[in-house]
Amino acid sequence: MPEFLENLFTNYYETGAVVIFGIGFTSLLMHRNLLKKIIGLNFMDSGLYLFLAAKGYIAGRLAPIITDGDADPTKYVNPIPTGLVLTGIVVSVSVTAFLLALTCRLYDKYHTLDIDEITNLARKERD
Amino acid sequence: MTLFEGLLLAFLIICAISVSVTRNLLESIIIYMGFSLIMSVIWLTLEAPDLAITEAAVGAGVTSLLFFATLKKIHAIKAEDAKQKDEEEKHEK
Amino acid sequence: MKNKGALSRLWSFAEYGSFREEEFTLSPSDERHIDTDTPENRWLTTVQNSERSVGARAASWFSRRGVEIFQRLYRVAAVFICFTLIGVLLAVVAFLPPFGGADNPAVNEVPERYVAGAVEETGATNAVAGMISAYRGFDTLGEAHVLFVAACSVMALLRIDGPARRHGCLPDPEMTGEDMDFEPNSDLILRKAAKILVPLSFIFGLYVILNGTSSPGGGFSGGALMGAGVILNSVAFGFSRTERFFGERVYHIVKTACLTVYALLMAYFIYMGANGIYDHVWLGVPGGIVSGGLILPINIAVGFEVACTMYCFYALFRKGGL
Repeated sequence: MPEFLENLFTNYYETGAVVIFGIGFTSLLMHRNLLKKIIGLNFMDSGLYLFLAAKGYIAGRLAPIITDGDADPTKYVNPIPTGLVLTGIVVSVSVTAFLLALTCRLYDKYHTLDIDEITNLARKERD
Repeated sequence: MTLFEGLLLAFLIICAISVSVTRNLLESIIIYMGFSLIMSVIWLTLEAPDLAITEAAVGAGVTSLLFFATLKKIHAIKAEDAKQKDEEEKHEK
Repeated sequence: MKNKGALSRLWSFAEYGSFREEEFTLSPSDERHIDTDTPENRWLTTVQNSERSVGARAASWFSRRGVEIFQRLYRVAAVFICFTLIGVLLAVVAFLPPFGGADNPAVNEVPERYVAGAVEETGATNAVAGMISAYRGFDTLGEAHVLFVAACSVMALLRIDGPARRHGCLPDPEMTGEDMDFEPNSDLILRKAAKILVPLSFIFGLYVILNGTSSPGGGFSGGALMGAGVILNSVAFGFSRTERFFGERVYHIVKTACLTVYALLMAYFIYMGANGIYDHVWLGVPGGIVSGGLILPINIAVGFEVACTMYCFYALFRKGGL
C-alpha cells in the first residue's frame, strides 16, 4: 500500500488528471441540470488532456521550439501529445457549442433545464 | 513536485468540486472560466506553450462566452437580476 | 412503451398508476347509472370498491414514492460507479512509468524524428506546428471540418430565417424583443475598453497566426483570438456595427474559401505522394515570418476559418443568424 501511494505521488499530474476526470464524470451523472452536465463533460475533457500532456512531458527538457538550429531530440519534450491535445481542445469547443445549442432548443420547447422534467414532459407528449 | 505545481493541481480539483456544489449557474460558469485559466498555466509548466495560448483563448474565452450566451438566452441571468432587485428593494424598505 | 430501460419502466409504472387512480375516482359517478338493486350488480359494486381500494392505494403509493425511490437508487448507483471508476483509474496510474522519465515508452523514435526533421523537412522551428500542419496535415484538415460541421449543425438548430428574425415567431414572444435586437449599447466602460482591446486582439491574433511556424501558436489559437475580437466588437457596439465589415456574405465567402484552400493544399500534398512536396516548395528562412513552406498558408486559412466559426457560434446564440 505505501508503494501504491508513493507511485501515485510520483505520477502526481496523472493522479490529478484522473481525479478531475472522475469529478467530471460524477457531475455528468449526478446533476439533473443540463448546463451542469455540459460543464462536467468539459471537466472530463480537461482531465483527459492533462493526462495526455503529462505523458509527453520529460523532466528538464524544453518546449519543442528549436532554437539556434540545434535539432537534438534529447533536448526537447515529446511534441505528439501536444498536437493531439491541440486537436482535442478545438473539437471539444465544437462539441460544447453543439450541446449548448441543443440545450437552447430543449429550453425553448419545455421551459426547463431539468433532464428528468424534460423526459417526463416528452413522455406525456408522446402518450 | 514543486509547491507551485501542487497548488495549481489542488486549485483545479477545488474548482471542479465547487462547480458541483454551487447552486447558481452563473457562479459555476465563472468557476469554469477560472478552471480554464489555471489549466493554461499548467500547460506552461508542462512545456506546452501552444496549448497554453489555445486554452486561454478557446477554453477560457469562447467556451465561457457561449455558456453566458446560453444563460442569457434562457433568461437565467435576467431572473437572477430580478431576484437581486427584489432583495435590494426589500432591504431598502 | 417502446423503451425498456429501468428509468422508462419506472416512469411508466408511476404514470400508469396515476392513470388508474383517475379512472377509479371517476367510477363513483358511473355507479349512479347502474341499478344497484339487483344482486349481480351489488356484487359487482363491492368487487369494484375493493379493487379500487387496493389498486388505488398501490397506484398512489407508486406515483408518490416510485420516482423518489428510483432517484435515490440512481444516486447511490451513480456514486458507486464513479468511485469505482476513480479507483480503477488510480490503480492504473500507480502502475504507469514514472512521470517525466526520459526512457518512458512514449518517447520512441517517432517524436525524435519529428523534432530532428522539423527544420529541414518542414521549415518550421516550432516542431508542434510542423507536426500538426505538415506531417499530420490530414488530421488537421479533419479538425477544420469538425469546426465546419459544428457551425452547420448549430446553424440548423438555432437559425431563424428571413423576416421572422426581425418580427419573431419564437415560442417565447418575450425573447424576440429581449434577445434579438438587444445589446447593452449604453455601457460606457465597455465601449471605452473595447476601443482599446478590439484592435489589440486583432493584431495579437494576426501575430500569433503569422508566427505560428516559429513560436507557440498557430491557426487555431490565433483564429480564436481574432474571433474573440469580433465578438467583443459586437458586444460593445452592437451587431449593426459588426455587420458593416462582417456580414453573412463575408462569412460564407471567407469560410468556404479557407476550407477550399486548405483542401487543395492537402490534395497537392497527396498528389505529390505525401513525401516529395518539399522539393517543390520554397521553405523560407527558418525562424522568420515567411518560413515553413505550406504551413504558413495553412495557418492563415485555418485562422480565418476558426475566427469565422467562433463569431458564427456567438451570433447564432445571440440573435439567431449572422
